[in-house]
Amino acid sequence: MTTVILLTATGLGLAALYFLVASGLSLIFGLMDVLNFAHGAFVAIGGYVGWTVADQLGGTLGLFGALLAGIASGAAAAFLTEQVIIRPLYRRKLDQVLATVGLGLAIPALLQAIWGADARTWVLPGWLAGTVQLAGARVPTVRLVLIGVAVGLLVALRLLLTRSRAGLIVRAGVEDREMVTALGIDVRRANAAVFALGGAAAGLAGALFGLYQGSVSPGDGTSLLIYAFVVVVLGDAGSITGTAYAAVAVGLVQQYADYASASLGDESVVVLLAAVLLLRRRNLQGRPA
Amino acid sequence: MNRVTMLWARGPLASRWVRAALVFAVLYALPYSTAQIPGVFDGPFDAPGVLQLLAVCLVFAGLAIGYDLLFGHTGVMSFGHGMFVTTGMYATTILVDHAGYGLWISAAAGLGIALVAAVVLGGVALRVGGIGFAMVTLAFGQAVSIFVVSGSPQLTGGEQGQTLNSSAVPAALSGVRNTANLYWIALAYLAVCALVVWGLSASMPGRVMRALRENERRVEVLGLNPYLFKLLAFTVAGVLAAGGGIVYLLLLGGATPTVADSNFTLSLLVMVVLGGAGRRWGAIVGGIIYGYASQSLTRVSGSSAVAGLPGVLRGPLEQPLFLLGAAFVLVVFFAPGGLAGRIAAMTRTGAGIGAGTGAAAARTGAGIGKGATGRGAEAVSGAATVTGATAGTGGAAGSGAGTKEAR
Repeated sequence: MTTVILLTATGLGLAALYFLVASGLSLIFGLMDVLNFAHGAFVAIGGYVGWTVADQLGGTLGLFGALLAGIASGAAAAFLTEQVIIRPLYRRKLDQVLATVGLGLAIPALLQAIWGADARTWVLPGWLAGTVQLAGARVPTVRLVLIGVAVGLLVALRLLLTRSRAGLIVRAGVEDREMVTALGIDVRRANAAVFALGGAAAGLAGALFGLYQGSVSPGDGTSLLIYAFVVVVLGDAGSITGTAYAAVAVGLVQQYADYASASLGDESVVVLLAAVLLLRRRNLQGRPA
Repeated sequence: MNRVTMLWARGPLASRWVRAALVFAVLYALPYSTAQIPGVFDGPFDAPGVLQLLAVCLVFAGLAIGYDLLFGHTGVMSFGHGMFVTTGMYATTILVDHAGYGLWISAAAGLGIALVAAVVLGGVALRVGGIGFAMVTLAFGQAVSIFVVSGSPQLTGGEQGQTLNSSAVPAALSGVRNTANLYWIALAYLAVCALVVWGLSASMPGRVMRALRENERRVEVLGLNPYLFKLLAFTVAGVLAAGGGIVYLLLLGGATPTVADSNFTLSLLVMVVLGGAGRRWGAIVGGIIYGYASQSLTRVSGSSAVAGLPGVLRGPLEQPLFLLGAAFVLVVFFAPGGLAGRIAAMTRTGAGIGAGTGAAAARTGAGIGKGATGRGAEAVSGAATVTGATAGTGGAAGSGAGTKEAR
C-alpha cells in the first residue's frame, strides 16, 4: 500500500511536469498547426535562468525568485521566437516547423556555451528538500509542489479559456481559424499570446524540473520534450483537459512500469502511444478521420 | 557560347547520368591525389586523417539521400530514421562480438533485421498520417535509443558504445594505412544509395511517391493505395540507413549510441533541408557539408584564432550544434529550396527560377499540418492538382500545392 501511494505520488509529480510542458505545446499546435521543437529550449532557458536567480539569492526567497524568473524568461523567449521566427514564415507551415527544429538545436548549445556542459547542482531550501508523511509513505515534498503548481495551471488555463474573451478567441481559433479571421478578429495577436503563455509554462516547468532533479543541464528540455509530444498526441491537440488526462496517464504508466523493471517505463510509454494511436481511428484534431 | 559550355549543354555531358558518373569518378580518384587544399583539410588527400573525414562525409551524404526519399520525395516526415542506422550498426556489432559470426554474414543479417523492422514498424506507424506518424516514429526511435543506452549494457556497451571485435575485421579494412579502402567502401555506399533513390524516383512508384507528397487524396481517387507506396519508401530508406550504419561502424571501429539519439535524425533533416529537399544532388551536398562542418567546427573552435576571441564570442563558436542550428534557420528563411535550389535558380534562366519557387511552394504544401491531411484536400479545386498528381512534375505540382495553400 505504501508503495502504491509513493508510486502514485511520484507518477503524478512527473505528470505535472509533462502537463506544464505539453499544455503550451498543445495550444500552439491546436491554434497554429506548428509542432514547436523549440519548446524544449524554452524549458532549458527557464531552468538555467531560474537556477542563476536561486543561486544568487539563495533560500526560500531565491526559490520564488527562480520560479518567477523561469516564467518570465520562458515567456520572453517564446514571444521573441513567435515574432522573429514564426511570424515571418506565415503560410509556410513546414518551414515554421523546420525553423523551430533549428532553434531546438541551437539554443541548448548556446546554453551549454554559457553555463558549461556539466549539470549545475540546485541547492533546495531546507523545508523543500525533505519528505512528507502521506498515509505511511514518505513522499518527497518537491513532488507535491509540482502537483500543486500543475493543478493551479490547469484551473487557471480552464478559466482563461472558458471565461475570458481572449480565451474564446483562442478556442474558436483552434476550431476554425479561417472563420475567426473572417469575423474580423486578428488571430495573429492570439498566436503571440498563446506562444508567450506556452513559453511561460515551459519556463516554469524548466525551473521546477531543476528542483525535481536537484540540478539543471543543457539537455533537460529535450528529454522532457519527447514525452510532452507523446502527451500532446494522446490528449488531442488544443484540448487542455485532454492534455491533463494524457499527462496523468503517461506519468503513472511510466512510474509503475519503472518500478516493475528499470528502463521499462520509457518503453511502456512508447507502447501506450502506439496502441492508442492505432486503436483510436481519429485524427489529431479529434474529428473522425 | 564557347566550346566548353557547348559540350556541357549539348554533348554527352548533357546526360545527367554521365555527369553523375564523372563526379563519382573524381571522388574515386581522390585517394591517389596528393593535392592539398590549405585551410580546408589538414593534409593532402591521401592522408589517412583527411580520407577518414571525407569517408564520414560520404556516409552522411548516403544517409541523407535515403532520408530524402522519405522526406523530400514522398513528403513523409519521420523522426525515427536514426533507429535503422542503429539497427544496422548494433545488430552487426552484437552478432560479431557476442555470437562470433563473421563480419560479412553479420552485416547481411543486420540488413535483414533492418528490413523486417522497417516493414513491421512502417506497417504500424503509417496507419496514422501526418503529425501522428512523426510522433510514432519519434517514440519508436526513443525506445530504440533507451534500449541501446540503458537496456542491456553487457550487449550494447551502454553510453560508451561497443567496440567491434578487431580480429573479425579483414586486414584490408583495419589499420591507418588502409583508410583508403574504407573511403572506397563509403563511396560505394553513397553510389548505391544514389542509384537506388534516383532509379526509384524515375520509375512508376517514384512518380506515385511525388504525387503523394503533393496530394494524397488525389492519388487515392486515382485508385492507388498510398499506404503501400509509403511503406515501400519507408522500407527502402530503412534498409539504406542500416547499410549506412554498417559502413559507419567500420569507419569508427565500434558502435556508438549517438546514432540512436533523436538529434541524429534531426541532423539528417538538417542535411536534407540544407542541401535542398527532393532534389537530385541536394541531400548529397547537404550531407557532405554537414559532415564536414560537424567534424571540422570542433577543430576550428579549438584553434588559437577562436581562443583569442573575447568570451562572449568564443562560447557560442565553440558549439558546433549552435552554428549548425543557426545556419539551418537561416537556410529555411532565405533559401527555402536549399543550396541546390539556390544554385539552380542562379544558373538557369526564368524557367529554372520558376521551377525552383514551385518546388519551394510544394515543400510548404507537403507540410504536416491540417492543410495536408484534412480540409485542405477537399477545398482544392481545378485541374491543376490533377496534373500535379498524375504527372508530378515540378511546376504543375507547385501550382497544385499553391492552390492548397491558398484555401
